[in-house]
Amino acid sequence: MSTSWQLALNYGVPLALLIIAYVIGSLLERRHFASIRKREAGVRNFPVLTTAELPPDWQAHDARLLVGNVVVSLDYFKRIIAGLRSIFGGRIKTYEPLLDRARREAVLRLVEQAKAGGFDALINVRLETSRLANSAGGEGTAGIEMLAFGTALRTNTSRFNAR
Amino acid sequence: MTLTSNNDIILSNTETVPGKQIVEFYGVVTGNTVRAKHVGRDIMAGLKNIVGGELVGYTELLQDSRQEATERMVAQARSVGANAVINVRFATSSIAQGASELFAYGTAVRVA
Repeated sequence: MSTSWQLALNYGVPLALLIIAYVIGSLLERRHFASIRKREAGVRNFPVLTTAELPPDWQAHDARLLVGNVVVSLDYFKRIIAGLRSIFGGRIKTYEPLLDRARREAVLRLVEQAKAGGFDALINVRLETSRLANSAGGEGTAGIEMLAFGTALRTNTSRFNAR
Repeated sequence: MTLTSNNDIILSNTETVPGKQIVEFYGVVTGNTVRAKHVGRDIMAGLKNIVGGELVGYTELLQDSRQEATERMVAQARSVGANAVINVRFATSSIAQGASELFAYGTAVRVA
């Protein structure tokens, strides 16, 4: 009796966690992507440039540095899959959507701020990725930070005033 | 997120301040902060780690830290008489278990 309980505890709990992580993790990811797509559509006509040089017809004034960030982590299920994958090498597909949605979220936060602040464009946008160390002392990471920053501008170009 | 509480110093990550002329250079100004995560946030993040997604506590922690580093950089720029910091960069490094250094640096200038 006690051995079957132990068996259930030893294998059941991690298994249940895996299932919960998979179900909720996938759901959250789908929802997040849906939200990203919707918000991206809303800011599509806001000029975001990775160059620092202004198009010649822009007359810019009032520059301001803006920052958007987000810290994300993989769910338990995907972490296990990624761990298995790194034994054999090759592409770790579970990480790709995570980094993609985090980066897009950081950019969205940056752009939404610029829009809310009444700015007309963002120039010299830079993206950075950094890993947060795990305080438990383990090998794993506590999270991955995506940082997006750029210079927001007000312009008096008719192109923007018309919008 | 707002990087500074008052806007007397213009910040930009471009090599000039668009719409303004640089009249004087004051050199590199820097600001840093070293932060550790606190246990409460760690526990919440640990739970969030099961289902994945955004770790809001850490997002806010890094936001606050970056703001602090920027404020220090701006204070230094103010003390040398600058009215703008151009080409601002951010960097993050892991110093020890659970502690990160965030720093901001740029070139202090006077624009007109």
